[in-house]
Amino acid sequence: MSLLTLENVTLRFGGLVAVNNVSFHVGEGEVFALVGPNGAGKSTIFNLISRFYTPAKGDILFNGETILNKRPDQVPSLGIARTFQNIELFEQSTVLQNLLVGRQRHAKNGLLSQLIFSPSVRDEERRHRAVVEEVIDFLELQAYRDKYIAGLPYGVRKVVELARALATEPKVLLLDEPASGLSVEETQDMIFWIEDIKKQMGITVLMVEHDMNLVSAVSDRVLALADGKELAIGTPSEVQSHPDVIKAYLGGTGGAKE
Amino acid sequence: MRFVFKRSYDDDIRLFKHRPQMFWYLALLVLVVALPWLLDDFFLGEATNVLIWAIAGMGLMVLTGHTGQVSLGHAAFMALGCYSNVILLQNGVPFIIAFPLAGLITGVVGVIVALPVLRLHGIYLAIATLAISVLSEDIIVIAAPWTGGVSGLSAPAFDIFGVSINRYGTPDLFYFLTLGVTLVVLGAYRNLMRAPLGRAFVAIRDSEISAQAMGVNITKTKAISFGISCAIVGMAGSLLGLFAGAFNHETFNIVLSIQLFLMIVIGGLGSIHGAFFGALIIGFLPQVIAMTRDGLSNIFSLGSVTIPGIESGVFAVILICFVLFEPLGVYGRWVKIRTYFELFPFYRKGMFKRQKSFLKTERMK
Ligand SMILES: Nc1ncnc2c1ncn2[C@@H]1O[C@H](COP(=O)(O)OP(=O)(O)O)[C@@H](O)[C@H]1O
Ligand SMILES: [Mg+2]
Repeated sequence: MSLLTLENVTLRFGGLVAVNNVSFHVGEGEVFALVGPNGAGKSTIFNLISRFYTPAKGDILFNGETILNKRPDQVPSLGIARTFQNIELFEQSTVLQNLLVGRQRHAKNGLLSQLIFSPSVRDEERRHRAVVEEVIDFLELQAYRDKYIAGLPYGVRKVVELARALATEPKVLLLDEPASGLSVEETQDMIFWIEDIKKQMGITVLMVEHDMNLVSAVSDRVLALADGKELAIGTPSEVQSHPDVIKAYLGGTGGAKE
Repeated sequence: MRFVFKRSYDDDIRLFKHRPQMFWYLALLVLVVALPWLLDDFFLGEATNVLIWAIAGMGLMVLTGHTGQVSLGHAAFMALGCYSNVILLQNGVPFIIAFPLAGLITGVVGVIVALPVLRLHGIYLAIATLAISVLSEDIIVIAAPWTGGVSGLSAPAFDIFGVSINRYGTPDLFYFLTLGVTLVVLGAYRNLMRAPLGRAFVAIRDSEISAQAMGVNITKTKAISFGISCAIVGMAGSLLGLFAGAFNHETFNIVLSIQLFLMIVIGGLGSIHGAFFGALIIGFLPQVIAMTRDGLSNIFSLGSVTIPGIESGVFAVILICFVLFEPLGVYGRWVKIRTYFELFPFYRKGMFKRQKSFLKTERMK
């Protein structure tokens, strides 16, 4: 069953057509990868799904219903969580506090109860902590729990972003280049984690990634894009051997792999 | 060096990290409660003044220090709180109702003002809030039938459950009233910061994009922050009016707005401690300057010279020094000193240097 669907989505920045009539659907429990050279429009698709941008044409459906009537801050409540290509963490907070912000959509208490820290706020806090601790254990972040983001190395920040997205308890996880800038070992960890996220947690994953090693290891299906247009869709090996994809990577637009 | 072993989630949720910390804060509480027996009336008045500054400081700290929204117009909301409170008192509303109601009114007006104003960012927000402060002075003058215009109002006598409280007649009771308000505000502030709303404030301060992606409604949350902030400074304004006895549009002029802002910058943005450190400095600075001046003129037998503007001058110099040498304020310096002793001899010089963030060039907005 299709969980997330894009139908003929188009977005322009001035004269530039960043996303050009793109359609695809991500099935429940699937790991779906977007690949393509830099500037292909992959992150823009994420920003469309997060509702930071509104398409000029087309529709975006989640569970069969349009999400174009939602504000960006309502998207997490649908069960869609994301990470950012360029890491957007709360720098002046600890890892724990960052992950707790991920619980925002589950916060139910009103202003007054929060001001007096009523028993129901306390209970809720304990539940938030329990979920966050599970995520910390899963991603092995114990050593960093009380560290401030501002002092953490790049690789750890990437994991913290993944953790914060998981703390929202999403149905779909959007990962924008989860392995970029990671070492070989860290990338290997990321592969295991994505597999576990899919198999154990049953979370659907839509990701953008350049590392074809990772893409082939974890994805069920891959969509290749160039200049905002679809090139090919299929299994990782089908897409990798598709002549248009090879051309896009070798000719002109390229520079996908650093 | 101290290790805190955590055994349950409550270790992070509770107000004090460990017993020694709780002990020191309790000791401090005992001291401030005992102050009326330790100080004479003049210095007790000064202590009351510092507490009023601290309340106002906490009010602005919620907004600027924790939500990251600058306001150079908060004197306007102190004025609103003050005038509301006194007008309510004059109309026979008992203090116990008038005072919180004045805070509530200020908070609600704050939310209404915030909705358009907080769409602005950075310097534009600073200018817009500055304009609010300028406007408020004129509004007070124009609304003369209620506010008394340029001649102002004088605070009526008031009582709480029949106990009359007066700054001059019963300075210790006035001090306890101020202390009580300080503690209530402090408690609510601490609670907020360990609850989801407080975390949403900080999230907005550090990255609006990412806060939004985590489900924080930016407009609504900023407006709530502004409202809470205004309600608190409104209460500080009420106390200031009662403390001063008489006030007019000049009591709450733009200088007060700016002083309030500088106070929390010097104290240390982003921590409740900062509001108190800032209040101590701003509250005692005039005294320190006066004493230094008297001391100097005694030594050099200059007679009684007064240098106009000396207070603002010294204040400005202190501010510049902080911006240059200790952007984290007094509280930041204190944390460094404390860490030095806690980690002795392992403290490293670069410890509090912020690591450069990576790849921030491609930000979306
Ligand atoms: N906010 C924006 N304003 C203008 N142009 C943009 C904006 N965001 C992205 N673009 C352009 O849209 C194209 C697609 O960008 P993006 O989706 O980030 O590519 P990528 O596939 O590398 O993630 C690029 O040419 C980029 O320069
Ligand atoms: Mg990208």
